[in-house]
Amino acid sequence: MKDSVEPYVTADGRTIGDRMMEMRNITLRFGGVVAIKDISFDIREGEIRAIIGPNGAGKSSMLNVISGFYHPQEGEVWFRGEKRPAMKPYQVAQQGVARTFQNIALFNGMSVLDNVMTGRLRQMKTGLWSQMIWKGPAEREEVENREAVEKIIDFLEIQAIRKTPVGRLPYGLKKRVELARALAAEPDLLLLDEPMAGMNVEEKEDMSRFILDVNDEFGTTIALIEHDMGVVMDLSDRVVVMDYGRKIGDGTPDEVRNNPDVIDAYLGVDHD
Amino acid sequence: MLYREAGDFKTSYVDDSQTFPIAFDRYRYWAVLAVAFLVIPFVIDDYWANAVFVPFLIYAIAAIGLNILVGYCGQVSLGTGGFMAVGAYACYKLMTAFPDVSIVIHVVLAGGITAAVGALFGLPSLRIKGFYLAVATLAAQFFLVWLFNKVSWFYNYSASGQISAPERSVLGIAVTGAQVAPWAQYMICLVFCTISAIIARNLTRGSTGRKWMAIRDMDIAAEIIGVNPLRAKLSAFAVSSFFVGISGALFFAVYLGAVEVGEAFGIQKSFLVLFMIIIGGLGSIFGSFAGAAFMVLLPVALKVVGVDWLGFPTDTVAHFQLVIVGALIMIFLIAEPHGLAQLWRLAKEKLRLWPFPY
Ligand SMILES: Nc1ncnc2c1ncn2[C@@H]1O[C@H](COP(=O)(O)OP(=O)(O)OP(=O)(O)O)[C@@H](O)[C@H]1O
Ligand SMILES: [Mg+2]
Repeated sequence: MKDSVEPYVTADGRTIGDRMMEMRNITLRFGGVVAIKDISFDIREGEIRAIIGPNGAGKSSMLNVISGFYHPQEGEVWFRGEKRPAMKPYQVAQQGVARTFQNIALFNGMSVLDNVMTGRLRQMKTGLWSQMIWKGPAEREEVENREAVEKIIDFLEIQAIRKTPVGRLPYGLKKRVELARALAAEPDLLLLDEPMAGMNVEEKEDMSRFILDVNDEFGTTIALIEHDMGVVMDLSDRVVVMDYGRKIGDGTPDEVRNNPDVIDAYLGVDHD
Repeated sequence: MLYREAGDFKTSYVDDSQTFPIAFDRYRYWAVLAVAFLVIPFVIDDYWANAVFVPFLIYAIAAIGLNILVGYCGQVSLGTGGFMAVGAYACYKLMTAFPDVSIVIHVVLAGGITAAVGALFGLPSLRIKGFYLAVATLAAQFFLVWLFNKVSWFYNYSASGQISAPERSVLGIAVTGAQVAPWAQYMICLVFCTISAIIARNLTRGSTGRKWMAIRDMDIAAEIIGVNPLRAKLSAFAVSSFFVGISGALFFAVYLGAVEVGEAFGIQKSFLVLFMIIIGGLGSIFGSFAGAAFMVLLPVALKVVGVDWLGFPTDTVAHFQLVIVGALIMIFLIAEPHGLAQLWRLAKEKLRLWPFPY
C-alpha cells in the first residue's frame, strides 16, 4: 500500500518519497493536561525523522500514540495509506513497528540473548503444541531465528555479553541491548526514545553510527527523540519541533534551526 | 577435571541451546533417569513409596505447574489446592463414568479439564496484579473446595461425601485401588512426572517461555514489543493448571485412593506447593524438583532424627518443622529468590572455574 506525496531530496542526496505514517490533527489529553494539541506530521519511507522539544513537550506521548499505547481523543493515525483503527500495542508491533524506551525497559530476569530473541515474536509463529514437542518445527524455528539474532548481536558488537543477565549490565550497554531487541523484530518503522540520553561522547558516537547503519543497510525508517542538538542535526533528514504539546516547527535541520519560534522555545523567550 | 566447558565446543545453535550444555551434566541427567526407571522400581518398598517417592513425584508435577505460573509468568496463585481438587474430581467422574477407558487417558483429560478451569479463573489476571490477584485465586480455592463439598453429583452422591478410586490397571498391572503394588504406584507417577518435566522444559526454553517471562519482568514493555498479554497470561494459567490437575488426579487416584476435599486439597496444599517453588527456586524446572524433594523429605527426616533417635514428642517435632520452613521461606525470599536451584548453579559456577577462580 503506497501513499505517494511530493518527494524531497535529503542533505546527503537521497530522494525520499512515499509516506509511511501520517498523524492527522492528533490531540491527547490526560484529564486536564493537554499533552498533544492538534499536531499533524508525517514520516516517510526510509527517512530518519527527529522529534525534538523541551522537557514535557509531549514527545514521548507522541511515540506512545504511534505505538498504540496511548489513544488520542482526537485525530487519526494513517499507516501506509490506510486509516489505522484503534489498535492494541502488540498489534501495532505485529505490523512492524518496534521501539526503545526513554527509561530502559528490558526484561531484567532474562539474559541478553533471550531479551533479543523476544524481539522476534513477530517472526516466531509455532503454536503451543509444537513447542511442547520441541523437536521439529519449534526447534527449527528457534535455530533460524537464533541465526538472525546472532547477526544483530554481531552488528551491535555485543557478542561477549550474550549470556549475561541484563540486570548486571552497565547503562550504556543496556541501551544497546534494547536497540538490539528492537532491531531483532526487523521493523519497518523503528521508534527511538532518547537513545543517547546519559551517554558519554564516545558512546553517543557509537550509537549514532549504529542508527545511521541501520537506516542505511536495512532501509529501516526511523523516528527518534533526542535532546542533543548536534546529534539531531547530524542524523536526521527532517525534524518536528514540539513545545507545550504544540508543533512549532517542521522541516530539514537547517530550516528548523533558523525558525524563530524554535529559537524562542529553546532560549526560553516568553511568548506573552 | 570433568566439569569443564573447555574442549566441549558448541558448533551449532541446537547444541548451544540444549538443556544441559556441559557434558558432565548430561551424563548425570541420564544416570538419574536410569536409576529412577531401572533401579528404584526393583528395590522400592511400601514405606519408601508412600513416605517419599510417590508424594515427591506428584508434588514435583504440581510444583512444575505452579512454577510456570508464578516463577515464569509472574502471576501469583494461592489456588493450587483447589485446582488439584478439580483434577482429582474430574478424574473420579471420568473413572466412574467410563470404566473401560484407560486411567492414563482419564488423568490426561483431568489435566485438560483443570486447564480450562484454570484459564477461566485466570481471567481476572488481565485486570489485576500481585496482591489482588492472589486474593482472587484464594477466592477460587475456597469456592472450589466448597463446590466439591456442596454438589453431591461430584462425589456420585456417596453417603460419606468422599470419593474413592476404583481399581484400574495399566498393561494388566493394577495402579489404583487396594491391591496396588508400591512399584506400580511409583512407575505411573514417574512416567507422568518425567513427561511433565520434559514438556515444561520445552515450553520454557522457546518463544512461549520468553513471552511468559517478558510479561513477568515488565508487562507493559512486553505488550509494546508484541506480546499479546491476554494469550500469554491465559496460556500460563492453562498450562500451569494442566500440570496441577494431573498431580491432583494422581494424588487422589494413585496415592491416597480415597479423598475428602477439604482435608486433601485445602488451603494448606496451596501454601505447601508455593513453599516448594520458593525454596526450590522460582523460574526453574530443576528448582521445582528440589523444592518438592525438600518439603517431602523434611518431615520424614525430622521424624527419624527427632522422634526415633532423639526421642522428642511428635508434636514438638511438628512445631519445629513449621519453624524451619517459616525461617527458610523468609531467608529465601529476602536473600535468594531463585532458591536451591540458584545455590546449586552458584556451586557449579565455582566448580567450573576451580581451582583458579580468575
Ligand atoms: N500517563 C500520563 N498521565 C498523565 N500525564 C501524562 C502521562 N504521560 C505524560 N503526561 C504528561 O504529558 C506531558 C508530556 O509528557 P511527555 O512525557 O510526552 O514529554 P516529553 O516531551 O517526552 O518530555 P521529556 O523530554 O522530559 O521526556 C507532561 O506534562 C506529562 O506530565
Ligand atoms: Mg520523553
